[in-house]
Amino acid sequence: MTDLLQLLVQGIALGAVYGLVALGFVVIYKATEVINFAHGELLLLGAYLVYALRIEAGLPFFAAVPVAIALMVAVGWGIERSVLRRMVGRPTFAVVMITIGLAIVLRQLVTAVAGYDDRNIGDPWGASTASLGDVQVNVVSLVTVAVVAALVAAFFAFFRGTSAGVAMRAAALDQEAALAVGIPVRSVSAWSWMIAAAAATVGGVFLASFPATLQPGLGFVAFRAFPAAIVGGLDSPSGAIAGGLLIGLTEVLVQGYQPQYAPWLGNNVHVVAAYVLMILVLMVRPYGLFGTREVERV
Amino acid sequence: MSRPEGLRTSYAQELALLRHRTDKLWLGLLAVAAVATPFILDDFWLSVLTFTAIASIGAIGLNLLTGFTGQVSLGHAFFVGVGAYSAGYLGGNLGLPVVVWLPAAGLLGALLGLAVGPFALRLRGLYLAIVTLGLVFLGEYLFVNVRAVTGGPQGRAIPSPKIGDLNFADLGPALGLELSREQSFFLFVVPLLAIAAAFARNVVRSRPGRAFQAIRDREIAAAVIGVDLARYKVAAFALSSFYAATSGALLGSYLRHVTPANFDLTLSIQFVAMVIIGGAGTVYGSILGAFFIVLIPRVVEQLSPVIPFVSQTATGAGLTVFTLNQLIFGALIIVFLIAEPTGLAGIWARLRLYFRTWPFSY
Repeated sequence: MTDLLQLLVQGIALGAVYGLVALGFVVIYKATEVINFAHGELLLLGAYLVYALRIEAGLPFFAAVPVAIALMVAVGWGIERSVLRRMVGRPTFAVVMITIGLAIVLRQLVTAVAGYDDRNIGDPWGASTASLGDVQVNVVSLVTVAVVAALVAAFFAFFRGTSAGVAMRAAALDQEAALAVGIPVRSVSAWSWMIAAAAATVGGVFLASFPATLQPGLGFVAFRAFPAAIVGGLDSPSGAIAGGLLIGLTEVLVQGYQPQYAPWLGNNVHVVAAYVLMILVLMVRPYGLFGTREVERV
Repeated sequence: MSRPEGLRTSYAQELALLRHRTDKLWLGLLAVAAVATPFILDDFWLSVLTFTAIASIGAIGLNLLTGFTGQVSLGHAFFVGVGAYSAGYLGGNLGLPVVVWLPAAGLLGALLGLAVGPFALRLRGLYLAIVTLGLVFLGEYLFVNVRAVTGGPQGRAIPSPKIGDLNFADLGPALGLELSREQSFFLFVVPLLAIAAAFARNVVRSRPGRAFQAIRDREIAAAVIGVDLARYKVAAFALSSFYAATSGALLGSYLRHVTPANFDLTLSIQFVAMVIIGGAGTVYGSILGAFFIVLIPRVVEQLSPVIPFVSQTATGAGLTVFTLNQLIFGALIIVFLIAEPTGLAGIWARLRLYFRTWPFSY
């Protein structure tokens, strides 16, 4: 029973990070109908910026993170302006391939500067644990869940309460109609990239925290978070969180119980399990659990 | 008076595989060049061209699916891997000749493609792309874990293409010539590429190909004029997977040894890049794209000693050959998509038009 609780807590912590990553996909998808394959590399870049500011420049952690976020917002804006803006009106898949190209370039730039060494990002929580009853929890996990919850609340407030958020929702719904009522649709796309880059920085910090370390492989987490975004529905922020938790729990539970109950399945089943779950969900609901069904008009 | 080459004067001509007498002439010259090539070029260039030919077969397959039918797939590497491991199992473990294992590998790929095809009926656009992405991860898992066939993470040997005593990787004795492995393999794969390209052209210009393109351009309109969406989408997946698996079987045989890492997402992305850089929706564009993608890393490798700031070691920070290759690869995808969406085939078509209409070209 304690085992199960322990796994559930781990699963929720992992799921919260996946949810945060998936939220980055959703923000860009909602505004531009594109899945950003470079999101993992934005995470990587954000985490390395925090590392550089914290360790190399010696800033305190809670100063390094906001500065890194500000820098990443500029990066997001720059990418949108220089590359994505030129792809407006082109087939979706062409734009997706552009983000794949961006991912490759960003990854190589990061490794060319930072190399392949494992690094410690210098977060204040380290390896400390807290106990909830019989269950041992990393403090980082608790902080992760709390921060993700706060960020999601901020997202909802932004989308519902601010005029920028409402403009983004309008542009996502119908670009032409949004233009007609005077919404600056172009800057909406830039906004979505800036928000995604900021979220990626926060996600990157938690991904690189204990028990993980900061290394270039971190960028591949985006591929683990794809199923989360898809299961929840690509255009649903609440779906991203639900999908993240579902995928996180699935991975951790499969990882925890498969060696014991189904050892013949071999290694790395938990990675495949997330994708299998995703395919099963899609077979029943082709637009994810919370996604909007696309209405086809002739 | 001779007509300008681009002008078509009948529907029969529009549908014809070779539209003009000059086409036949060029094709003849190309065939002669292909036979002469292994005796002119050195092994470095022959290996580039052999890799190109093998990759072209896979790229043509992906182009039939993505370029002609409009179905996005990031799972091409999975089918390529299936082809390679089938070749290894059928040719190595069972000792079958190449005339059996090569088509059998293709058919196995096609069968798996048939199984994946139905997803394309229910899912659209990016949802489909992510499902096919899942195939790559599923493939990596299977290739590592089904050890009896794949040899696990260390990989397995793939046999040379042989029929009885005739070994296509060493054609020297059969032809009574001194031939290296590169020369032999080139002579083996180029005819196969010719068959694959001709077949693809035939598919594209006939009924199924027209159906594919109708689906790509407007799915609902295609359904309205009587295209059976389910049938043709699944057929496109099966056909594309057949090409991929054939290409994989040849690749494995040429490499002699494959590991699961050969068939990761990078390979899928390379195939998509071949289609984009070559030109989506053209068969010869796939070949141009394959050549480009195969050539670049080899050239960078050759030039790396003279490029400043490039270190020769593979570890640590700094600009390594691998990093530089990847940077160029990523940048090329971005540049082509922004500046030249019709790819190399588009550049080629413009050049032809320029010289054909010279001196009145605009």
